[in-house]
Amino acid sequence: MQEFKTVEVKTDLLVIGPGMAGCGACVEGAHWAEENNVKITVVDKAAMERSGAVGMGLSAINQYQGENTPADYLSYVRQDLMGLCRDDLVMDISRHVNGSVHMIEGFGLPIWTDPDGNYVHEGRWQLMINGESYKAIVAEAGKNAVGMDNIIERVFVVRLLLDKNDKNRVAGAIGFSVRDPEIYVFKFKACIVSAGGAVHVFKPRSTGEGLGRAWYPPWNAGSSSYLTTTAGAEMTSQEVVFIPGRFKDGYGPVGAWFLLFKAAATSATGFNYMAEGLAEGGELHNWPPYGEVKPIPTCLRNHLMMIEMYQKGDGPIFIHTDKAIAKIAEQAPDEKTYKKHLKKLEAEAWEDFLDMTISQAILWASKDVFPEKGPSEIMPSEPYFIGSHSGASGAWCSGPEDIQTDESKNEYFWGYNRMTTVKGLFAAGDGVGVSSHKFSSGSFTEGRIAAKAAVKYCVENPDMPEFDEAEVDKLKEQILLPLKHYEEHKAYTTLGTTDKKYDLPVEEVNPNYITPKMAIFRLNKIMDEYVAGWGSQYNCSAITLNIALDLLKLLKEDLSKLAARNLHELMRCWEDVHRIQIAEAHTRHKLHREETRWPGYYYRSDFKKMDEDNWGKVFVNSIYDAEKDEFTMRNRPIIHLVEIKEVVGM
Amino acid sequence: MPSFVIDEKCDGCKGGDKTACMYICPNDLMVLDADRMKAYNSEPDMCWECYNCVKICPTQAVEVRGYADFTPLGASVVPMRGTEDIMWTVKFRGGTIKRFKFPIRTTPEGEAKPDGGFDVGPGTLDDQLLFTEPASLKADKLWTLGD
Repeated sequence: MQEFKTVEVKTDLLVIGPGMAGCGACVEGAHWAEENNVKITVVDKAAMERSGAVGMGLSAINQYQGENTPADYLSYVRQDLMGLCRDDLVMDISRHVNGSVHMIEGFGLPIWTDPDGNYVHEGRWQLMINGESYKAIVAEAGKNAVGMDNIIERVFVVRLLLDKNDKNRVAGAIGFSVRDPEIYVFKFKACIVSAGGAVHVFKPRSTGEGLGRAWYPPWNAGSSSYLTTTAGAEMTSQEVVFIPGRFKDGYGPVGAWFLLFKAAATSATGFNYMAEGLAEGGELHNWPPYGEVKPIPTCLRNHLMMIEMYQKGDGPIFIHTDKAIAKIAEQAPDEKTYKKHLKKLEAEAWEDFLDMTISQAILWASKDVFPEKGPSEIMPSEPYFIGSHSGASGAWCSGPEDIQTDESKNEYFWGYNRMTTVKGLFAAGDGVGVSSHKFSSGSFTEGRIAAKAAVKYCVENPDMPEFDEAEVDKLKEQILLPLKHYEEHKAYTTLGTTDKKYDLPVEEVNPNYITPKMAIFRLNKIMDEYVAGWGSQYNCSAITLNIALDLLKLLKEDLSKLAARNLHELMRCWEDVHRIQIAEAHTRHKLHREETRWPGYYYRSDFKKMDEDNWGKVFVNSIYDAEKDEFTMRNRPIIHLVEIKEVVGM
Repeated sequence: MPSFVIDEKCDGCKGGDKTACMYICPNDLMVLDADRMKAYNSEPDMCWECYNCVKICPTQAVEVRGYADFTPLGASVVPMRGTEDIMWTVKFRGGTIKRFKFPIRTTPEGEAKPDGGFDVGPGTLDDQLLFTEPASLKADKLWTLGD
């Protein structure tokens, strides 16, 4: 095995994962850092120019307040998550987000405007953009703010280090280069974890070459959750997954079709499940109060779809793009205007795919799909963990001091905005729980909020914490174990390597080890079949969840037998470790909450109904003890800071 | 195969120790075979088809063939990304060709200013104002509970 050298990096504030939230942290943090003589360093598993969930691009900015108030936005978020949200966190982002969007426009992102110069809205909160280079532009502003000398790329942070004198304080981080034989040890006063959500915890619908075609990017391995959980930070709402209903197989966006072009979706035989669900006596009235008013929560829209597909057998679900286009075209006064209008619509529809889900464009082209000629199938995906969208999982963080009541201040505020329950450990974006619907612009905003608070923390806590060097040595050994394991055992079985284009065959069989790809398949199968993946039609019960926990225990034991043939596979091994942690946390949270609150995300078949009395006013939180490998569950109160009289829709 | 590299077009980005596609791939999939000076996608089933390798390749050696487990053969989607806009050519299996051109940015490459063109405000570490507020909000003040 190669010799690994250790690279030590000393800084004040480390940003782990410069996606949208991390770039927000760079832009804002650099200003306050310069004023206060604080040093910021950034570390990225990939290249900052295109890392994170927005790496491909986006076709819309999904959170812009415009003239709406933070309470308006809160009403929409609380409704969409079936009551589960932290008012302080949501309204905090909402009050700052216009400024972020204006800054991003200033960086150079083209936002559509009408002839009067006003932004073109897709819906109440959404702005249409030419977003092919969205991430590249925002990353550029982030790089210009902190300086390239302070950005380390292609280093994967796998674990945080705690202060040896205060186990509730963060002191550093450890990781490795995915390109060179180097271990990185970071020493700092504070860090911001903005390392994304989690994909490939559940089995994807495509498992051949299309394994990577998840709706959310395959490089999001649950690192935010792993880093904060294993540092002992309290985590919240890990039971809440997000399942987007998107164009089948390609997962192309439907937002423009539903919101901008007003397309309708029906079952295969034409049942308009959303309109019927809302009508008197419809299914949505079984889920009061959230089911009874518009906008229909995301999970309930899935739920209606799933009833048609799974209970009635009236699938697939069609989105009627042809009818929507025809209706818009009909409004044109003459043939010439009609053609012009149609051409514009066509370009808008294709840009929606080409900006953010190019696979969908390939799929339509390869199947000769013309949206004006017929409907297309939509399908609920596998579950993802994503705190920034219509999910809620993440770290339990302090909110802002001024958006609190006396009651909430005791529960939701502990000194520094977006600091977790571990001192010096901040989170942003997908890393923060119950701060949903922030999307790209709100994640960027949350990164800004966290960075200002983290700089303040560094100023007020100037002494450098110290971690235990023996602990670091142990972790170094643990990090490299899969490489060592492979070298020790690789000669035991035969291997056909002659005349192959690839350096190594894709898979090999050896009784002494498990490859990272097989470990992820094992995880996916457990989660799909017992923890409510698509294969079990999103159903689970205490019995299946307990089976899953038994199987996850065995899988965790086998992690010590992971084998990596190179640094790339070592990265895959550690991504597996990260995914398995959130898988277990998720399973335990699901087991703890004895109700079905988000039908369409998952069903507890042993508790089929929503139970407002017992579960409607609490967040389910957990704390993990890494030394004992034990979870402790606890409920935290949902405290409303404002009374919502009317839900403001999309 | 998601993204793939055309053998005769790839020059391994000549002299460098890493290729443009290796630099950009968010999932660390692209590898340079240094003996042949050819890059390849080492893990096609973890490809998101994000096209960043396609867009960045200086010799246009990288293309995408849709995931074989659900995409019929014969179509292609090819971008040409410039400094201000991107041109897409979508070729359908049945022969239809569509071309779209979209702007990608409004500022010169490299010149994104961290303040976005807004003045630094009066905020301090002890208040809630972010550094470009209230100017970037295009409002007089920042909202707080009770407003």
